[in-house]
Amino acid sequence: MTTAPAGAPERPDSSPRPTDRPAPSGRRPLSAARRANRAGLAFVSPTFLVVLVVVVLPIAWTVLLAFQDAKLVDIQGMGLFGNWSLDNFSQVFDSAGFWSSLGTTLLYTAGSTLGSVVLGLIAALALRKPFRGRGLLRAAMLLPYVAPVVAVAFVWEVALSPQYGVVNDWGRRLFGWDDPIAFLSTREYEVHLLGLHFDIPLALLTVIAFECWRYFPFAFLFILARLQAVPDGLEEAALVDGATPTQRFRHILLPQLMPVIALLCVLRFIMTFNKFDDVYLLTGGGAGTDVAAVRVYDFLTARYDVGAAAAQALVLAVSLMILLGFYFKFFGNKVQEDS
Amino acid sequence: MTRAQFEERFFGVLRWVVIAFLAVITLLPFYYMVLLSLKPIDALLLDPGSLWLSAKDFTVSTYRDVLRSADSGGQGFLKFLLNSALVSLGTVVLTLVAAVPGAYAVSRLKFFGHRQVSALFLAVYLFPATLLAVPLFVVFAKMGLSSSLVGLAVVYVAQTVPVSIYMLKNYLVTIPYSIEEAAMLDGCSRLQTVRKVILPLALPSLMATGLYVFMIAWNEFLFALLFLAADPDKWTVSLGLAQLSNGIEVPKTVLMAGSVVLTIPVVLLFFAAERLLTEGLTSGADKS
Repeated sequence: MTTAPAGAPERPDSSPRPTDRPAPSGRRPLSAARRANRAGLAFVSPTFLVVLVVVVLPIAWTVLLAFQDAKLVDIQGMGLFGNWSLDNFSQVFDSAGFWSSLGTTLLYTAGSTLGSVVLGLIAALALRKPFRGRGLLRAAMLLPYVAPVVAVAFVWEVALSPQYGVVNDWGRRLFGWDDPIAFLSTREYEVHLLGLHFDIPLALLTVIAFECWRYFPFAFLFILARLQAVPDGLEEAALVDGATPTQRFRHILLPQLMPVIALLCVLRFIMTFNKFDDVYLLTGGGAGTDVAAVRVYDFLTARYDVGAAAAQALVLAVSLMILLGFYFKFFGNKVQEDS
Repeated sequence: MTRAQFEERFFGVLRWVVIAFLAVITLLPFYYMVLLSLKPIDALLLDPGSLWLSAKDFTVSTYRDVLRSADSGGQGFLKFLLNSALVSLGTVVLTLVAAVPGAYAVSRLKFFGHRQVSALFLAVYLFPATLLAVPLFVVFAKMGLSSSLVGLAVVYVAQTVPVSIYMLKNYLVTIPYSIEEAAMLDGCSRLQTVRKVILPLALPSLMATGLYVFMIAWNEFLFALLFLAADPDKWTVSLGLAQLSNGIEVPKTVLMAGSVVLTIPVVLLFFAAERLLTEGLTSGADKS
């Protein structure tokens, strides 16, 4: 909060300066560096203020709430501190399905991240060289990413519906499915293959497919931008040396793309780990897709248990930090060396 | 045939297969959305697999139903559109007001902590929205802001300011400093320089950033759900569609018309400014 007082005197100070200059007053003018410092702090202060009030303080309060016994109804009379307890955490850790939900979250995050980045990479490679209509297709491919999540989730829901969905209808016609498949509400789907049968978590896979579909344009955009900055000479040299397309990709392009791919993986991992909308809209968190973010929402709105919701959110954030910590400890240096 | 020749040919074909596949998966869902929005519900139930529209089924009554206010038997999406527009435009204005000086400071001025500050702001995205949702839900419920569009816009501003600063900053560093020095020599104060010199030059970037913020605010769902769910008069389009699609009483084709209405503004804006946006977002990506 030191920015506000620093910013306040700046304005009256700066406007008279041009007139001051011909006849310097007795007061020594501020040095350019100090003026830049003041102006800089004044200019960032609105942003700083908004972020402080709407992001930093609420997060700090979440941490406090997580250690208190707080229900929405009695939060009014409660002080900021007091009623310390670890009940929320024991409730979160002991509640049915906590660990499986964390596992689901991990699976969902890893699958979606990997899928969307790989699909984005394939798309970028396919659209690398110009062809007729490339610009149009490039723009069209960003549609899943820019379209409102509620609208596209609803389209998927209808398309996959067992009663009136286009996918099941075509599945019956083309592949001879006997029964319609409820993609979004089947926890385990039995697959018979070569005499073996597996249970696949169908709803979870569907949600992951949705996530890959929705976010591959993001990866595509960044990888394509990087791809077009790869100097032509490198590949031409490899071509002259007789390298095949796979070799050129493996040894020339991939090393060039690795930093941006690593960055994308980290970004997508963080975003997906905290993702709420997509799963909530598609399955409501049922049928084996109860990712942790949806559990926070359930604690908050179904039971008005603010403390437990805060604790669950905190556990989620801490797990993410631990995972990122591992990543940067083991891979952070490697990526830097590669680039 | 050598390995190289085989691979050249193989990938030559595969490339077109991939391109066709990508075109289908990105366009088909949107085609399906528009298609269903123009059918009566009976036609959908009768033949769910049909991918075209026969002339006798064609109807725009779905759109009439979805847009009409609830009093006259519709779903009231016109009101939702207005709410969404108000929140999104408010967010754009407020975000730019906060982000322009911020981005200018980060790109030009050597102030205490100028190196760390943009990384610090970007760290906002590391925190799960759910972590923020809990306290904001409580505070808004207690302040009576819980069903107010203003409160929602403030939350959106906090979510979009960091990325706006990042996008604007990437553009501002490309404006030569000498232009600014010339303005200063001519007697402009810092604020005048920003307003009269930097802002006009940064207009393309401002528009790209504004559009991006608009899209984020227009598409947002979680906070709208938490703050506005109880008050149908304040629903945004996203929230309205999600709430109505949970029930069974509204025909799916009418809701499909709702999703078209929800999608169109964003898609139109996006196509109008696609180049601006993709460059604004990825500038800097090719330097890594």
